[in-house]
Amino acid sequence: MKHTTVIATILVTAVTTFALRAAPSVIFHGQRKMPDWLDRLGKMLPSAIMAVLIVYCLKDIGDDWIGIGIPRMLAVAIVVFSYKWKHSTLLSIVSGTAAYMLFLPLF
Amino acid sequence: MKTDKQTLQIAFSKSLTILFSYLFVAMAYGMMMEQAGFAWYDSLLVSFTVYTGALQFVLITFLSSGASLLTVTLTALLMNSRQTFYSLTFLLEFNELPLPRRLYMIHTMTDETYAVNCSLPLNQPNRKDVMLLVALLSRCYWLIGSVLGGILGQLIPFDLMGIDFCMTALFVIICIDQWENATVHTPALIGFGVGLGALLVFGKNSFMLPALLVTSGLLLLMNKGGAK
Repeated sequence: MKHTTVIATILVTAVTTFALRAAPSVIFHGQRKMPDWLDRLGKMLPSAIMAVLIVYCLKDIGDDWIGIGIPRMLAVAIVVFSYKWKHSTLLSIVSGTAAYMLFLPLF
Repeated sequence: MKTDKQTLQIAFSKSLTILFSYLFVAMAYGMMMEQAGFAWYDSLLVSFTVYTGALQFVLITFLSSGASLLTVTLTALLMNSRQTFYSLTFLLEFNELPLPRRLYMIHTMTDETYAVNCSLPLNQPNRKDVMLLVALLSRCYWLIGSVLGGILGQLIPFDLMGIDFCMTALFVIICIDQWENATVHTPALIGFGVGLGALLVFGKNSFMLPALLVTSGLLLLMNKGGAK
């Protein structure tokens, strides 16, 4: 990727993120109330987008069902079970990622 | 601003939970950046300007695969729209601050600082100073972690192949948290369904934009229907 494109991509992300955080100050001034539909959308959007992102994370499985697919699915299972068990972000990320790095050369 | 020692102590103790999660997640981020071929100062630049957790991980794959600016913008909009609602909570309080400080508080509004700010009692002495210091400290943890991760990534003698899985792990954890806190699971199921469908139809290199558009469109329609 060209260097200018990298900078442009970072800049666009930074500006968009700041604009979202600043939006209430600009749009709503002193008035605190958001329209109801926007409020409800705001509550639903995060979990829907996170689901799309998980699909995005697993999109390469189709390239190599065994070499990438098996290690990824096993590691995801480890993350799910360890998190359900202990609810520790640290434990689940470390064990899942370490398992994935170990499994990768095995398949 | 007068910062007495006590205010700093309160802010530091409030920021302790953020310290561990930020240092660790930012280090994973720095290592993943390093594995993708970016230097520690690239991670520092992104953490300094963007400063947002999950999106920074997605940004790495966007940077290495060369996603279109439209996809980047839409993903950023949808992933971080929740932070609009965070600033809304503190709108009135922030509006009392001088402009540079207000801008800083807006820029540093993340999931974690929001949670800590919400936990501060309304009659907290020097409440706004505590908020500022929590924001400042958290941002430092994040920056330090990003740089440390990049440097460690270079120093570690073995291959970091597969370190990118930490993004998947993080997202799966966030998804489980959201699932457990939700009463309705339709939005998450729509996300999975539309994501998979778009992946099959458009292929792995161009499915994100249609998937995000269709998902938010469907949620909008659901909302309009529910309003009646």
